[in-house]
Formats: sequence, structure tokens, C-alpha cells
Amino acid sequence: MSEITQPSPIAVPLGAPRPLLLNWRRYVPLLLVAPLLIYMLVLYALPVLAMLLRSLNDPTWTLSHYAALFEDVVFMKTFWITFNTSITVTLGCLILGYPVALGLVRAKTMAPLILVIILLPFWTSVLVRSYAWMVLLGRHGLVNEGLIALGMIDRPIRILNTPLATQIAMIHILLPYMILPIANALRQIDPSLIRAASGLGATPFMTFRQVILPLSMSGVAAGTLLTFVLALGFYITPAMVGGPRDITLSMLIAQQVDQLNWAYAATLSAVLLATALAILAAARHLPGVGNAFKTSMR
Amino acid sequence: MGEAGMNGAGRGASVTLADLEKRYDRVNAVDGVSLDIRSGEFLTLLGPSGSGKTSTLMMIAGFEMPTAGDIEIDGKSVVAMPPYRRNIGMVFQNYALFPHLTVEENIGFPLKQRGVPKAERAKLVAEALELVHLPGYGARYPRQLSGGQQQRVAVARAVVFKPRLLLMDEPLGALDKQLRENLQLEMRRLHADLGITFIYVTHDQEEALTMSDRIAVMNDGKVAQVGSPEDLYDRPTDRFVAGFIGESNFLPAIVRGMEDDIVVAECNGTTIRAVCPGRPATGDKVTLTTRPERLRFTDSAWNATPPQNRLSVTVTEAVFAGERCRYMLQAGDGTSLVLKEPSSAAIQRRAIGERAEISWSVADTILV
Repeated sequence: MSEITQPSPIAVPLGAPRPLLLNWRRYVPLLLVAPLLIYMLVLYALPVLAMLLRSLNDPTWTLSHYAALFEDVVFMKTFWITFNTSITVTLGCLILGYPVALGLVRAKTMAPLILVIILLPFWTSVLVRSYAWMVLLGRHGLVNEGLIALGMIDRPIRILNTPLATQIAMIHILLPYMILPIANALRQIDPSLIRAASGLGATPFMTFRQVILPLSMSGVAAGTLLTFVLALGFYITPAMVGGPRDITLSMLIAQQVDQLNWAYAATLSAVLLATALAILAAARHLPGVGNAFKTSMR
Repeated sequence: MGEAGMNGAGRGASVTLADLEKRYDRVNAVDGVSLDIRSGEFLTLLGPSGSGKTSTLMMIAGFEMPTAGDIEIDGKSVVAMPPYRRNIGMVFQNYALFPHLTVEENIGFPLKQRGVPKAERAKLVAEALELVHLPGYGARYPRQLSGGQQQRVAVARAVVFKPRLLLMDEPLGALDKQLRENLQLEMRRLHADLGITFIYVTHDQEEALTMSDRIAVMNDGKVAQVGSPEDLYDRPTDRFVAGFIGESNFLPAIVRGMEDDIVVAECNGTTIRAVCPGRPATGDKVTLTTRPERLRFTDSAWNATPPQNRLSVTVTEAVFAGERCRYMLQAGDGTSLVLKEPSSAAIQRRAIGERAEISWSVADTILV
């Protein structure tokens, strides 16, 4: 036997399977996320689960807490207000946010500045921003003083502690969640598509209608979902600037916890969580939205 | 022929570029381009990347604003006109098909913008699909097509509204060689069928030579030479053109005089005659250029033309490449030359280190 035909020691492990090493590699991603996973499981998931269970087993195993909701006028009204506020706020964010996203993507040198302005609310606490709105919208706040100075009204009008105040403040706080996914979708549109449309005879408006808008729908869907689901759970802002009778679900939950009415609070929490999850699940099946989940993952 | 010629003249737009300039910050992307593109012509802008060919095309299409100069289409200046009013077909390098529209809707897009009624639109789209050999593909989405098919859809979309001018920006760049060669022939056929003016941008000299009526070679934002493929290959007026299109040998020489239109030059003690468009002065230092496949070993059986220019060389490298043999040669002054000889079992191959004499025709020697 010559030396050449003899397999070299290095060639063997390269060709042969190495089951031990392969198995190890498969679990590396899992091991990397394990510390956070355990942390969340022990300190977040288990307490939430325990809390939700109270809606079923307080004082004994029963569905009566849920059944009672159907005849609960306070719950029905609160649920309606919460839903209504979320829809109004989401629409407001969409109408105000889409043009900003378009501007952000179109702007070249100004883009970083615009982005900072959009993200500024992100870096300030919700509490501080809600206080700021109390100052601005109050009887002698900037908005009233300004309207009087402009001669548009004679006496201060009531804005603070109305549903309008809640909507104004929530739109301000949630706008970045609408703008960023839309801007992301717009940025992914190949600029040569816009040139192509123009070269093929489409005016800027027709290009927007037929190319830019449809291609940004995945971002619109993602932003709308995100904004709506976040709005459903808002607590601090409606509690501070909203009307005393316009109670949202999360305010009602807090109220019940204060009164140590744990089972009722847990039932309401479960309903709120289920509503948010149901909306996300349903939206996944809408055309275009499924893609939004995929593109946002890239 | 008469009818085809007349149709061609009627259907294609003529384009005039006058001292066209495009400056980005301090870089002159396009630096004084003047060009007359004839009605119905297939003109290629050929050049390396950064030569200004794409910027020139983008200005004709209206996507870029010229810094200076004028663009006339059919005698009318279009500089102030937005792209969507210019009525020019355009095929992009990446095809730029609308991903959310089907093939049919993509091709129908320009018709829709022009308010063509739906029934008429369907008829024209079907015709366009027929033209690019894709009937039955109308309901698919672009992502369901291969690169070559997408390219055909892009062409169909660019011609469906019967523009008089079609611009193409390296439309075959992303395709593999085989497909590219097929589509090159198809583009030529399309050009003949439609009779409209084509302006085609590429960096591939072979593609330009195969397809074009005329080629404008661009370098550093300027047009180096405009001419038919034969003109550019046989009579380059510029060292850049001679080097960029095909392979060239360059011989440094000193002008010793003129014999009618023929330049007599001296290259390291050897007299070499060359054709020259201008009249260089005696004593000028010049460069002579020849094509490798037009050089012959003087004693070779292939050598049919009367040897007019002769040079003694040493073989430094010999490569057998199937259909031809390629030799690297060195002249007395150290200048390297390439010689390509059709291969034949009847011809003795040269060995490295062998001394030989090569010869070639004066007509194939150009002063650049």
C-alpha cells in the first residue's frame, strides 16, 4: 500500500458525522436565551398566570365571573369606551403619521433631525408627557390662552378631563408606533419602481395611489395593529387627562384592585388580554398583514 | 426595404444632446456630451462604470436634471418636461416590475395612466405579451417568473404604449451568458419589428458590437468616439477606445513623415506605416495600435496578406486555447505584444524563447 491511498487523519472526521457536536450546536440558540427566558417565566409569566387563574378559581372553580360580565352595564360601557378611544386614536395616528413617514423617507439631509423629533416622546416617560398635556390643555393652559389670543374663543373652553384630551394625548404618545413601521415599509420600496412609474406616464399623485400606497400597506397594517393594541391597554394618560366618567378597561381594573376585588379585576384583565390577542390573530389572516409580520422580522 | 425604411423614419424619435453636463458636488459625471441620435437607430452608450453613460440616459428619461446643455427629442427641448410627460419607454437594470401587480397589470400600467379603456388595454397587453413570447403569463406575479421572463415583461411594459423612443439601462446585466446572448438577438429583432429608436446602455463591449447600429464610447463623462461597430473596431481614434473595445497592442513610435495619407513612423529602429485620421507633425511621439488577431508570423502558412509592417520579436508565452493560439511577444525595446493565430495541426507551434518576425497590414495599423 502506498502512502497516497491511505486516508489522512484529518480526512476522517471531516467526512464522518459528528453527532455530539451537531447536537450541541442545535441547542446553542436556546442556551443563549435561557437566562432571560427563566427570568421572565419566574417573575412575569407565572404571576400573570396566577392572577388570571383568580378569575376562574376565586373562591372555588367557576365561570360565573365571566357569565356576570354579560349583564354588567359598567363593564359594557367601559369596554365600548376603550374600543372607541382606541379606534379614534389609531385613526388619528394614521392620518397624522403617514405623511410624516413619507416625509421622513423622502428627506435626505433632514432625515436624522425628523427622526429625533419623532423619537423624542419615546425617551420621555408617559407620566411626564401626560402631566405636560394637563398643563397645556388646562383652563388657563397654552391651548386655551392661544385660542383666546387668536380671537377664536371668548372664554376658556373645557378640554382637560374630556375624551378629546385623552385622544389628543394618546395620539401624541402613540404616534411613533405608527410612523416607524410605515417609514420602514416605505424605505423598502425600490426607488427604481417610482422612477419606472413616472417614466411610464404616472403623475406623482398617480404614482402615490398605484405604487407607493399599496406597497406601504404592510407597514400601515403593522403600525395600525401596534397602535390599536397598545391603545387598548392605556391607563396613565386617560386616568390623568380624561374625563372622570370616561373610564377605560385598565382604569376599571385598577379601581377593582384598589378595592381588593381580585376576581373581578382578574376577569377584566383576561378579557383585555384576550381581546388584544384575538385582534392580532385575526389580523394575521388579512391579506397583506401576514406579510407585515414577515417583513418586520427581516 | 423602402417601406421598412420609411416606417423606421416615421416611428422612431430623433434625439439631440447638446453640450450636456451633469455635476454632482464637484464630480462631472457627464462633461459636455453632444450626440445626434437618428430616428429608428439602435445606439449604444458603451463605457466602464463611472463613465457617465447611465447619467446621460437618466437625463434623457428625465430622472436627472442636466446641470447645463440641452436635450431635444424630435427637435423639441424636453429639459423642463417631467418624465411622465416625455412618453419614453424605459427598461431598468433590475426590471423595476411592480411586485404588487400581475404581469398583465404591470404591462397595462402605462396604458392605464393614459386613460386607455379596459377592453382596449387587455387587447394591447395580450399583443405585447405575444411580442415578447410570453402569452399566457398575464395572471402571474413578477416573483413567479425567472429573470429572463421578468426582463421580457419589462420590455413589453416599456413598448406597449408605442413610444417612439426606448431607453434601456443594462437590461441584460443580471442574466447568465447563454440567456444574455439569446436576448441580445431578440432585442435586435424587436428593434427591427418596432422600428423605434433604441438607446441602450452597457459596459459589455461584445453586447454593444453585436446589437448596435452605432456605438458611442464614453469615458470620464465625455464621448470618446461615435461610430458603427466596424468603425470603432477597425479605426479607433482614441487610445481608450482601442483598449476598451476588443484587445489591442500599443507600440510607442516617433513620426518620421507622411506618404499621402499614410504615416511613416519609427518604432525602436523599425519603420512602421499606419493610417491616421489627422496629420501629425514629424518628430511627434505617438502610439500605434493593432489588433492581436491581425498580426501574423511572417513565415506562417496563414500569412496571405502582403506583409507591409514587420517587427522582430521574441516569444515569451504561448497558450493553446482551442480555436486559436495566443502568443505573448516582446519587441526589441521591451514593448509587449499579443498575437492570436487560428490553430491548425498543420502549423508548427512556437516555443517560448524563440525569435521570430511578425508582420501585418498597414490598414490594420492605426495611429491613436
